[in-house]
Amino acid sequence: MTYLITQTLNGLFSAALLFLIASGLTLAFGVMRIVNIAHGSFYMLGVYVAYSVVLRTGSLLLGALAAIVVVGSLGFVMQRFFLRRFGSDPLAQMMMTMGFALLFRDGALMIWGGDAFTLQYPPGLSGSMEAGEVVFPLYRLFVIFVAGLVGVALWLVNEKTLIGARLRATVDDPEMASATGINVALLSGLVFAAGAGLAAFGGVMGGPILGGYAGIDFDLLPLAFVVVIVGGMGSLKGAVAGSVVVGMIDNFGKALVPELSYFTLFAPMVLVLAIRPRGLYGRA
Amino acid sequence: MTVLKVVELHAYYGDSHVLQGVTLDVAKGTVTAVLGRNGVGKTTLCRSIIGLTPPREGSVLFDGVEIARLPPHRIFDAGISLVPQGRRIFPSLTVQENLAIAVRPPRSRPSGASAAPGWDLQKVFSVFPRLLERSGNRGNELSGGEQQMLAIARALVARPELLIMDEPTEGLAPMLVAEVAAVIGRLRDEGTSILLAEQNAAFAVKVADHVHVMSKGAVVHSSDPGALWDNEEIKTQLLGVPAPVGVPPTTIRSDSRT
Repeated sequence: MTYLITQTLNGLFSAALLFLIASGLTLAFGVMRIVNIAHGSFYMLGVYVAYSVVLRTGSLLLGALAAIVVVGSLGFVMQRFFLRRFGSDPLAQMMMTMGFALLFRDGALMIWGGDAFTLQYPPGLSGSMEAGEVVFPLYRLFVIFVAGLVGVALWLVNEKTLIGARLRATVDDPEMASATGINVALLSGLVFAAGAGLAAFGGVMGGPILGGYAGIDFDLLPLAFVVVIVGGMGSLKGAVAGSVVVGMIDNFGKALVPELSYFTLFAPMVLVLAIRPRGLYGRA
Repeated sequence: MTVLKVVELHAYYGDSHVLQGVTLDVAKGTVTAVLGRNGVGKTTLCRSIIGLTPPREGSVLFDGVEIARLPPHRIFDAGISLVPQGRRIFPSLTVQENLAIAVRPPRSRPSGASAAPGWDLQKVFSVFPRLLERSGNRGNELSGGEQQMLAIARALVARPELLIMDEPTEGLAPMLVAEVAAVIGRLRDEGTSILLAEQNAAFAVKVADHVHVMSKGAVVHSSDPGALWDNEEIKTQLLGVPAPVGVPPTTIRSDSRT
């Protein structure tokens, strides 16, 4: 029982991190139909930027803010000045994001070197929480809580605000959205930037545990894609459902049958796709 | 006075030369109809004017200002709204949201000539009470008629100076066609200029002040509606209205085309 609870909490922690990464990926796909291979790089750059800022200032909060702003701006520039040129050609866009991913990887190696590191725990969150027999690290609970908050905030913006309505209108019918006064090009840039910033924030949140190392970008990318494909591309609800499903399966899979970890991860994806080709909450 | 001046407009879909030099004017405060069979370029003309299919050549002057090749959202903000063919209501937005994203404040024009009528949400809901009842429903939960009313309302809350309507009666029941005609009449009385693209010649003749007939991507006939209705040759050859036909219809009926 203790084992089950601990593993479930671990699974939720993975789900929380995955959600932070995948929500941006799915939004970018919904609005722009961009399959962004560089999305894992945003996560990686987030940890690295935060690491540099924390080294200089000692403040994790500043590090997180810097990561969001720097990586968000990078995403904005990438969409506005590069990806947009291939607006009607998804394959060219995807290849370009692949190019960016490789640039970011080598850039990060050049700037930060190849040594692995972890971020410090935020003050007061390095300990553990005990409830009966279950002992669980406080920080993991904190990450689950924060990801929940981010999810609620994204849902509120999407469903309850005018900008959210504009966003959904653009996902529904980009052409009619532009003929209803929405600056689709600008909105796309902002959504891409927000997704990049979210992934960077995910990198900071995962920093004390997963840390940063050369290759973390492409370690996480497949997971994020499985989340988005299982949940349904373009759907926020799908990102939540996909994260929980993938987080749990990945965690229990690795704990129970570690030698089959890729099988336990991708088999559910294949199954979901076979039964619901658009994912759990996807639409045409 | 001319609110919209289209001059020698050429537009393409890929290699297909759809608009082959369209020239026409819309006079302020009038309803100008563009008629023609399916595929003559009516929809492309609408799309070119509002920037969705930017013309390759030619000019579109709105209140004397060149708007050809501006992005659609700028043209919308300048005061041209579209009621598109097929309604194209945003399915995942509620009726309220479909309207809210399109609302624009009244624009003040230096010329002071604009009628910019006061279509706020209140007025929209008083003219289309059904939309108020359904305001919390999402676009994909509406009937075809409700969607058409919402498409018109969505265009109006932007307080356009020029309203472009592409096949607004397509697939509507006779009662709703009459309602669309009534709305068009009311807008015209309030000073809104309207460009109406229609296949339904009987309907267009009833509501328009001026008609143009398109064939193969160009305007081939322009006149007042009465003269068009009396021109059997154009009616049968270019509009698909079978001869012989009687006098212009005085009521809008679904069987007025047959």
